[in-house]
Amino acid sequence: MPDTTFDPGIKAARLEPQAYEENFSDLHPALGGHEAMVAADRCYFCHDAPCITACPTDIDIPLFIRQIATGTPDAAAKTILSQNIMGGMCARVCPTEQLCEQACVRELAEGKPVLIGQLQRYATDHLQAQGIHPFVRAEATGKRVAVVGAGPAGLSAAHRLAMLGHDVVVYDTRAKAGGLNEYGIATYKTPDGFAQGEVDWLLKIGGITIETGRALGPDLTLETLKAEFDAVFLGMGLGGVNALGVEGEDKDGVLDAVDFIAELRQASDVAQVPIGRDVVVIGGGMTAVDAAVQAKLLGALNVTLVYRRGRDRMNASPFEQDLAASKGVRIVTHASPKAVHGNGAVREIEFDYVGEDMTPSGQTLRLPADQVFKAIGQTLEGDGLPTIERGKIVVDANGRTSVQGIWAGGDCASGGDDLTVTAVAEGRDAAMDIHLILSGSV
Amino acid sequence: MADLTTDFLGIKSPNPFWLASAPPTDKEYNVRRAYEAGWGGVVWKTLGMEGPPVVNVNGPRYGVIHGADRRVLGLNNIELITDRDLQTNLDEITRVKADYPDRALIVSIMVPCEEQAWKDILPLVEATGADGIELNFGCPHGMSERGMGAAVGQVPEYIEMVTRWCKQYYSKPVIVKLTPNITDVRLPAAAARRGGADAVSLINTINSVISVNLDTMSPEPSIDGKGSHGGYCGPAVKPIALSMVSEIARAPATAGLPISGIGGVTTWRDAAEFITLGCGNVQVCTAAMTYGFKVVQEMISGLSEWMDEKGHTSIQDFMGAAVPNTTDWQYLNLNYVAKASINQDDCISCGRCFAACEDTSHQAIAMSDDRTFSVIEEECVACNLCVEVCPIEDCITMVPMDAGSTDPRTGKVVEKDYANWTMHPNNPAATAAE
Ligand SMILES: Cc1cc2nc3c(=O)[nH]c(=O)nc-3n(C[C@H](O)[C@H](O)[C@H](O)COP(=O)(O)OP(=O)(O)OC[C@H]3O[C@@H](n4cnc5c(N)ncnc54)[C@H](O)[C@@H]3O)c2cc1C
Ligand SMILES: Cc1cc2nc3c(=O)[nH]c(=O)nc-3n(C[C@H](O)[C@H](O)[C@H](O)COP(=O)(O)O)c2cc1C
Ligand code: SF4
Repeated sequence: MPDTTFDPGIKAARLEPQAYEENFSDLHPALGGHEAMVAADRCYFCHDAPCITACPTDIDIPLFIRQIATGTPDAAAKTILSQNIMGGMCARVCPTEQLCEQACVRELAEGKPVLIGQLQRYATDHLQAQGIHPFVRAEATGKRVAVVGAGPAGLSAAHRLAMLGHDVVVYDTRAKAGGLNEYGIATYKTPDGFAQGEVDWLLKIGGITIETGRALGPDLTLETLKAEFDAVFLGMGLGGVNALGVEGEDKDGVLDAVDFIAELRQASDVAQVPIGRDVVVIGGGMTAVDAAVQAKLLGALNVTLVYRRGRDRMNASPFEQDLAASKGVRIVTHASPKAVHGNGAVREIEFDYVGEDMTPSGQTLRLPADQVFKAIGQTLEGDGLPTIERGKIVVDANGRTSVQGIWAGGDCASGGDDLTVTAVAEGRDAAMDIHLILSGSV
Repeated sequence: MADLTTDFLGIKSPNPFWLASAPPTDKEYNVRRAYEAGWGGVVWKTLGMEGPPVVNVNGPRYGVIHGADRRVLGLNNIELITDRDLQTNLDEITRVKADYPDRALIVSIMVPCEEQAWKDILPLVEATGADGIELNFGCPHGMSERGMGAAVGQVPEYIEMVTRWCKQYYSKPVIVKLTPNITDVRLPAAAARRGGADAVSLINTINSVISVNLDTMSPEPSIDGKGSHGGYCGPAVKPIALSMVSEIARAPATAGLPISGIGGVTTWRDAAEFITLGCGNVQVCTAAMTYGFKVVQEMISGLSEWMDEKGHTSIQDFMGAAVPNTTDWQYLNLNYVAKASINQDDCISCGRCFAACEDTSHQAIAMSDDRTFSVIEEECVACNLCVEVCPIEDCITMVPMDAGSTDPRTGKVVEKDYANWTMHPNNPAATAAE
C-alpha cells in the first residue's frame, strides 16, 4: 500500500503502479478461439430473430454467429459492419443486457443469453487486426456533403456517404476524431487506443476528409456549409452540461464529470491523473457511473454516487449499477444537492433527502468531498440551428431537420436513446436518405 | 471475389447450392421464397403419374436424432412423393421457371417402371421449360413397396432401362438420383451411365428406424401405435454420402460422370468437401428443414471466403481436387509414422484422452497425480482417438516423425520412402519393392 492511500486532497499516484494497469484493462477480455466456438454454438439461428429487432442497427446476429461457428469470422465481420460500421466499438460499449442479449431466446429459456456482444467483438477484431477494410467506394458522384461532428453519428454518416460515392468533409471542434468514443466512453471498455484505431480503419474507405479544430459557429456557419456543400449532416452531440444550481457550485474541485472523463481518456499515464480521497458524483446515468467507477479505479478511497430518485429510475442499467457496486462505489438515492461547502475549494457537500416527488424530507446528508463530479445531463449547444424541441434538433424518421438540405442524428437529434449504437444507426440512415435525395431518386 | 456460378450439364446457376427434392421444394410458394433467399437451384419435389395423387400419413412423419443442446444430427422421414395433383405442380413449375430464368429448376420424377408411364409424363415436364429432370430411384419407404423408388434403384438393369427411355422421350439433361440402400453404389451409377444419364445425384435417404418408444413399444414416428422404417438424412449421413460419391468419382466405369452431391450438407465446408470429391454442385434438404431457407447465406459467404483465401477463382478450380488422394487402404504409406502430442497450455485436464486410450486403445497416455496428461511415445500408435475425443480443438495434434528418426515404439528407423501393404514383408502376396 503506497503511503499516499489515506492522504486527503486531490493527488496523483494513489496506487501501486501495477494496480493501474489491472484496473484499466479490458472489462470483458476478448474471447479466445475456443471460447468463441462454444459461445457461437449456443445460437439457435432463430427465425426473424428478436435480437436483430433489438439491435438499433439491425445487425443480422444469427447469420454472423453462424459464420463464426463455421470458421469464417471475417465473413461474420462483414455481416456486422455492413449494418454497423462501428460494430467493433459497439461490441465493447453497447448495454447488450438491455439490447440484443435481453431479447435472446436463451435469456428466456435459461437466463443466459448467447454472448452476442463478445462474439461481435471476436469477429470484428479478427478482421480489423488484419487491417482489412471490406468496403469499396461506388463510382464518384461529384456530390459533396459536410458533416459536423466526428462522433459515431458523424463518422457513420460519413462512411456510408463515402461508400456511395460522395465526397465528405467532417468538421470537429476537438483535436481528435471519434467524439465520445475518444473522449467519453469508460477507459476499461475501450483500452489500448481502440477508438483511434477504429477511426483510422473506418477512414480507409477513402473520400473522407477530417478537419479537426473546426467548430460550427461564428467562423464556420451553417449558411456557409449549406452554400458550399450539397447536403449537411449535423452530428455534434451534446456539448454543454447542466448546472446543479446550488450555492457554492463554483468552488474548486467541483467539476463536470465529462471533463474529468475526457482528461482521463486523454492521459498518457493514468497514474498521473490526480483524484480526491473523498469523491462525490451526482447523477444517475452512464456518465455518473463511469465517473464514479473510474474515480475508484484511480484510487479514491471513498466514492459516493448520489442520485435524487430511486434506483429504478436511474438511467444506468442494473448491470452498470452492479459494476459500480462491485468496484466499491456507494450508491445513495433520494438525495438532492443543497449546498457545496468549503473555503475556496470544496470540503463537503450537503444534500436534502427527498421523497419520490422531490419534496425535501427535512433530513439532510453531508458528505466529505475533495472532488464533486456533476453528471446530471448534457445539453445541446449552438445558435442558428434547425428547430429544437426539448433540447434536441427535431428530425423525422430519415433524419431530416426543419431546414431543407440539413440532416441530423445522434445525441443532438430527437428520437432514440443516447447510445453509441443509436448514433451509428441514425448517421447511417440519414446518409441513405441524403443519397436518395442527391441521386435524385426522390 | 470468388465466382460461385456453376454450369452443371449446361444448366447455369449463380451458386452451387440447390435445394434437394423434398418438402422445401414442394410448391411454388416455397420455391419462390427459396430463390429470393439466395438458393442457386431447386429440384422440385418428386412428381408421380397423372391421376389421383398418393396420400401421406396424417400423423407424424419425422423423427430426429438430437445431439447436445437438441441439435438436429439425423432426420428420419416416412413422407412419400408429392401428394398434390400433377397438373397443379406442372403449372407452378412453368410459372416459377419463367420468373427465375437465372436459377436452376430440375423436376424430380417417379412413375412406374413401364415405358408408357414415362412416355406420358416426360412431354408434360418438357413443356414446363424446366432445365432438366431427376429420376427418383431412391425413396426407401412407401414408394418402394409399390415397385418404385429404391425398388428400381436397387436393380441396375431397371435403372439403365428407365434412363434410356428418358433420354429418348426428353431432350434436356437427365440426372439419376441414387439410393444408398445398396451394397455397391458403383453398379447403379454405371448402369445410369450406360443408359445415357447426364449425371447422377446422391444420396437419397437411408433405411432407418430412428427410435423406439419404450412405453408404447412402437418405432417412432408412430402412427396410431405402429411405426415403419423411414429414410435417414442430415449431418449424420454425410460420411456415407461422401464415401459413395468418392467411389463413383474413382471407379473407371463411372469416373468423369457429373455428380450432384447430396447428404448432410449443412455448412459451406460440407459443400466444399463434396465438390473436392468430384461433385459439380450440392443439394440440401435437412439443413433447410432445420434452419430455414436463410441458411444458404452462410453457405455462400463461407464458400466464397474460403475460395478467396485459397486463391480459387471458380468452383472448377477445386472440383475433384481430393479425388486423386482418395485411394484403397492397401496403397496407404506404411512408412508414415506419427505421434500424438498434447499442448499442455491448451489442456484443461478433463482426462477424456486418458480414458479413451487407457481403456480402449494403446495405453499410451500417462496421467500424473496433478492431472497432467502426456503421451507415452513408446506406446502411441497414432490412432487419433485422443485427438477426436478431446473437447478442445487442436489441443492434441498428430505430429509426423522425420525420416531417419527412430520410432520409440517399434525401435525402427522411420524410412523416407513410400511403402504400402502390397510391398510389405508380412503380406504373403507382397511383390518386391524393386
Ligand atoms: C461518459 C459517457 C459514457 C458513455 N458510455 C456509453 C456506453 O458505455 N455505451 C453507449 O452506448 N453509449 C455511451 N455513452 C453515450 C454515447 O457516447 C453517445 O450516445 C454517442 O457518443 C453519441 O454520438 P454522437 O456522434 O451523436 O455525439 P458525440 O460522440 O458527442 O460526438 C459529437 C462530436 O461533435 C463535435 N462537436 C460538438 N460541437 C461541435 C461544433 N459546434 N462544431 C464541430 N464539432 C462539434 C464533438 O467534438 C464530438 O466529436 C456515453 C456517454 C458519456 C458522456
Ligand atoms: C421429408 C423428406 C422428403 C423427401 N422427399 C424426397 C422426394 O420426394 N424425392 C427425392 O428424390 N428425395 C426426397 N428426399 C430426400 C432428399 O432429397 C435428400 O436426398 C436427402 O434428404 C439427403 O439430403 P440431406 O441430408 O441434405 O437432407 C426427402 C427427404 C426428406 C427429409
Ligand atoms: S411443422 Fe408443426 S405446425 Fe407445421 S405442419 Fe408440421 S406439425 Fe403442423
